[in-house]
Amino acid sequence: MNCPECDGNMKIPDDASVGEIVSCPDCGADFEIASKNGGVCELKHAEKVGEDWGE
Amino acid sequence: MPKVRIVFDRIRLEEKMLEEKSNELGHDTKMIDAKITQVNTESKKNDFDFGDVVLERCVSYFRGLHFTACLEFLDIPVLNKFEVANNCGNKMITSLLLKKHNVPTPKTFFSFSPETALEILEKEGYPLVIKPIIGSWGRGVILLKDRDTADAIIEVRELSDGPLDRIYYLQEAIKRPPRDIRAIVVGDQVIAAMYRTSSSGGFKTNIALGGEPVLCEITKELEDICIKASKAVGGGILGVDVMEDEKRGLVVHEVNNTVEFKGLAKVAKRNIPKEMIDYAVSLAVR
Repeated sequence: MNCPECDGNMKIPDDASVGEIVSCPDCGADFEIASKNGGVCELKHAEKVGEDWGE
Repeated sequence: MPKVRIVFDRIRLEEKMLEEKSNELGHDTKMIDAKITQVNTESKKNDFDFGDVVLERCVSYFRGLHFTACLEFLDIPVLNKFEVANNCGNKMITSLLLKKHNVPTPKTFFSFSPETALEILEKEGYPLVIKPIIGSWGRGVILLKDRDTADAIIEVRELSDGPLDRIYYLQEAIKRPPRDIRAIVVGDQVIAAMYRTSSSGGFKTNIALGGEPVLCEITKELEDICIKASKAVGGGILGVDVMEDEKRGLVVHEVNNTVEFKGLAKVAKRNIPKEMIDYAVSLAVR
């Protein structure tokens, strides 16, 4: 599928799950897989690392 | 068949490993995205599919903590409990509980204004380690070696003026080998431990910063102190961080609530996700 940011070609692995983060190899933007229907994924911008992130 | 639910906000390798192991063990397993889940004061347990037990695995501490509160409101067994998450998420509360329960821990100073933080530093002498009371992966953990560094860090805190910046947490810098120990406690057992060494030669050893995992033998001393630390914060599935003080022996400086284990899983003898799932299932209410 194409990157929502730069229209570059993004290859999303078949075993990627909803909630996983994928990056565009062209522009480096990070996206979260919001939903998956067969081979079709819906992407949304990934959240930035927050102050309270971690263990 | 027990129903295991894993609550996430971002899927890391750990969440994938837990899901895979739970499925492999034959449990009815589902992943639940906290970001798209809604709860209200009229909600009932049966409105959701939270299963028999939930592993709360959000990477955002506050999101996970508040989600846990909702789960407990719905009478869903959750690991870790709200109280435990709260105790571990705030380093000041953790330090107070460790000391209160006689777990050896570094001497730690608390103050509530920049002036008193500087007073402590001048009185105790440099270096001391300043840590944000909420936060992880070693971020904002700074060795204050002298007055100039302290002034700079305190000024930055005053400028950013976050509500938690008003709490000053200053800890003695432990004289130790250039490594620390991360142990994973599941229930009343230490299931794995590793040494973490600094990747850059600095004093931070977090795996998130590139620290290399090396398997650590679980001695009786290590086991005892980790179990005691786990009990001090309320128990569950926890990551206990231990330093080897040259004079006092082992000291616990942190207990982590949503323990990351991808580094340790590479070298551990026991299967970490399996231990976690087995423990969760043992607490499931059906």
